Amino acid sequence: MELLDNLALGFSTALLVQNVLYCFVGVLLGTAVGVLPGIGPTATVAMLLPITFSFEPVTALIMLAGIYYGAQYGGSTTAILINLPGESSAAVTALDGHEMARQGRAGAALAAAAIGSFVAGTVATVALAVAAPPLARVALRFGPAEYFSLVLLGLIVSIALARGSTLKALAMIALGVLLGTVGQDIYTGTPRFVFGRRELYGGIDFVSVAVGMFGVAEILRNLENERTRVAVINRVSNLWPTREERRRIVGPILRGTGLGAALGVLPGGGHVLASFTSYAVEKRVSKRRQEFGSGAIEGVAGPESANNAAAQTSFIPLLTLGLPAHPVMALMVGAFIVHGITPGPNVITDQPALFWGLIASMWIGNVLLVLLNLPLIGLWVRMLRIPYQVLFPMIILFAAIGTYSLGFNAYDVYAIVFFGLLGYLLIKCGCEPAPLLLGFVLGPLLEENLRRALIINRGDVTVFVTRPISAVLLALTVAALVVAVLPAIRRRREVVFTEED
Amino acid sequence: MTTTSRYRAAARMIAAIGAVSLAAACSGNGGTTGTTGATGGGGYPDRNITIVVPFSAGGPTDTVTRLIAEPMAAKLGTKVVVQNVEGAGGTVGAGEVSRAEPDGYTVLMHHIGMSTAPALYQDLGYKPLESFQTVGLVTEVPMTVVARKDFAPATLKDLVAHVKANAGKVTLANAGIGAASHLCGLLFQTAAGVKLQEVPYEGTGPALTDLVGGQVDFMCDQTTNTSGQITAGEVKAYAVTTPERVKSMPDLPTTTEAGLPQLQVSVWHGLYVPAGTPQDVVQKLSEALKTALADQKVVDQMAKLGTAPVPAEDATPQAHRTKLEEQLGTWAKVIADAGVKAS
Repeated sequence: MELLDNLALGFSTALLVQNVLYCFVGVLLGTAVGVLPGIGPTATVAMLLPITFSFEPVTALIMLAGIYYGAQYGGSTTAILINLPGESSAAVTALDGHEMARQGRAGAALAAAAIGSFVAGTVATVALAVAAPPLARVALRFGPAEYFSLVLLGLIVSIALARGSTLKALAMIALGVLLGTVGQDIYTGTPRFVFGRRELYGGIDFVSVAVGMFGVAEILRNLENERTRVAVINRVSNLWPTREERRRIVGPILRGTGLGAALGVLPGGGHVLASFTSYAVEKRVSKRRQEFGSGAIEGVAGPESANNAAAQTSFIPLLTLGLPAHPVMALMVGAFIVHGITPGPNVITDQPALFWGLIASMWIGNVLLVLLNLPLIGLWVRMLRIPYQVLFPMIILFAAIGTYSLGFNAYDVYAIVFFGLLGYLLIKCGCEPAPLLLGFVLGPLLEENLRRALIINRGDVTVFVTRPISAVLLALTVAALVVAVLPAIRRRREVVFTEED
Repeated sequence: MTTTSRYRAAARMIAAIGAVSLAAACSGNGGTTGTTGATGGGGYPDRNITIVVPFSAGGPTDTVTRLIAEPMAAKLGTKVVVQNVEGAGGTVGAGEVSRAEPDGYTVLMHHIGMSTAPALYQDLGYKPLESFQTVGLVTEVPMTVVARKDFAPATLKDLVAHVKANAGKVTLANAGIGAASHLCGLLFQTAAGVKLQEVPYEGTGPALTDLVGGQVDFMCDQTTNTSGQITAGEVKAYAVTTPERVKSMPDLPTTTEAGLPQLQVSVWHGLYVPAGTPQDVVQKLSEALKTALADQKVVDQMAKLGTAPVPAEDATPQAHRTKLEEQLGTWAKVIADAGVKAS
């Protein structure tokens, strides 16, 4: 019953007029910056942080948290409508979401994303309320060796992202990994592939790659052919998912939520894996595997749920240990400190109203997001009717502004041009941008943790199998590889069968 | 947040337009005009001043800058916008300001990294003492030596003895090449006369996470990053690296008290303008800085971050230059001895 008392305290705090108001302001702002490609939650929170100094601590944190998960929510909108993902998670949503939009089912895709996000947000909030401290303790057992094995597992599982030629997919992953190595090596300080340009020392920004490979390349492809272009703009059918589609998204939402909630707890990059892994799992369990990549609603609902659940549970390390899992949370640590509160295990006991109020506000924020976004779907879809002469330059302008605002580095904008052209070229060659992005995101994580694990253990490679969590993850990786190879064998048998028929 | 990038080449036009329209969209007051022509002198300032922070938004340096930007703006009677130009340990932003018009409208906030960059980077493209005019020091953030909570040594002296006896086993975390924690770690090894296995991370957050999780043994980082974990008992703290104890953690001894007086280091921050800026403009900026540092709100907020403004006599161009000269000498030696290179 203690939990109910705590939740009652939380809701009595979160439902105060000013808290609901600022929660709304937060999720509204978050949705807005999520929708605008490039302009991320980190820049927004950094700009608004000084304003919140004059607020009550709980109000300030409610608003800042709202911006973060609101942005995760809004990010799917541009990914679906105009193939412009602003975060790695949204890149996965773009795969099938944008295909659906091209087929005139943008409304259904947006609704699936909204419903999935709401369910995931609710479940993850409950997880946060029930088990935050023990979950955080588990997360701390993840050292470099465990992260290496986890990322390896994620990479193997996510090869399912590719459709078509496996060889081309592998080549794209390798190219992505190589692009991920650009910049200063954190262990030795050696600059890699920077061509003497100090602006490249920080590496290539993910947003530049995603916006270029997906958004700009898509625009270039649309421009080459009058017929397909018209098709994208004009054919918009029913706004809501059909009964059949509603039935199809139940499983993906639940699986995505579970997967996302679990991975989100890991501060060392678990949330990055959530949507990739969910997509891979859905493709694996689906009876309509061939539809993935050409507009499967499961491929939108699953990853979006996973992403939102992870966004919510990634607050666990922050709230219970004061450890930030995301740059936005690092800013929130600052907000805690400025208000004289030490983020860490003492928050629950010393500031129960703040802790539980923040958790309750997340659920309220999710309700507000649904109320805000469902009616907007009609409006967003209408955006597709904007003539391309206006829409395309606007997309590119906003993408350039957003990317430049990340670090005021002109190279991030040049990178959009480069990756736009590269993306177009790759599409022409029949190569998919998604595996490249996967390699780009996971490659550096893999390298960083492999080398760190080896440094800490003085070059002893057995550490990956002697640490139990790591060993289990590696065993799962091997299992995943076997499962991945099996269909090839089965297919050969199927071919035999069809010939017999 | 941003302003026009007057000093950027025309080739960067698109990006500049983007920045202006973003400023217009987000702040509602439009971007500043792109007039060049250094006005200097009596009319200064007659338009917005930009403080470039060469690190990411939300980091300790950015927080400090945003704290003083408002009272400085009030004193100067203009708007002060903070712009984050990140990259390569702060050398991208510093390089950009060194090439800016020396008119006092482009100001750089930099920390201890200004004095270590010449030793760490080849072909820096600017020289700290020649390319910049110092305006004044801002704050000196103390650093703390912290360890995982089940690490055996109980005091700083024990720690030194322990790492000497177990040099092959102990791991020392840091937040990356050239980071304050890396510099402090180097100084610790020099002071203790031992060479340890360093484990670099990408930023303080992940390093601290692994320290709390017990994956690495110890590290040295700014109070702004560690005080939360120390007061919560999630890490073990040995000492603070400044001559005096920190108000927010009165029980934590100084390195001198704890028996390692050679370990003296703080993350000092200062304001710079490009060399050649008129003296009266530098003076006005320095006065505004002093006013900001005396502001009670700034004092209170800095105290919460575990630091304090420098005394008024240090917020001057001369005191700042003296500090920079001294630090350039110190770090050139420490970094050369350690054989570290960032490029």
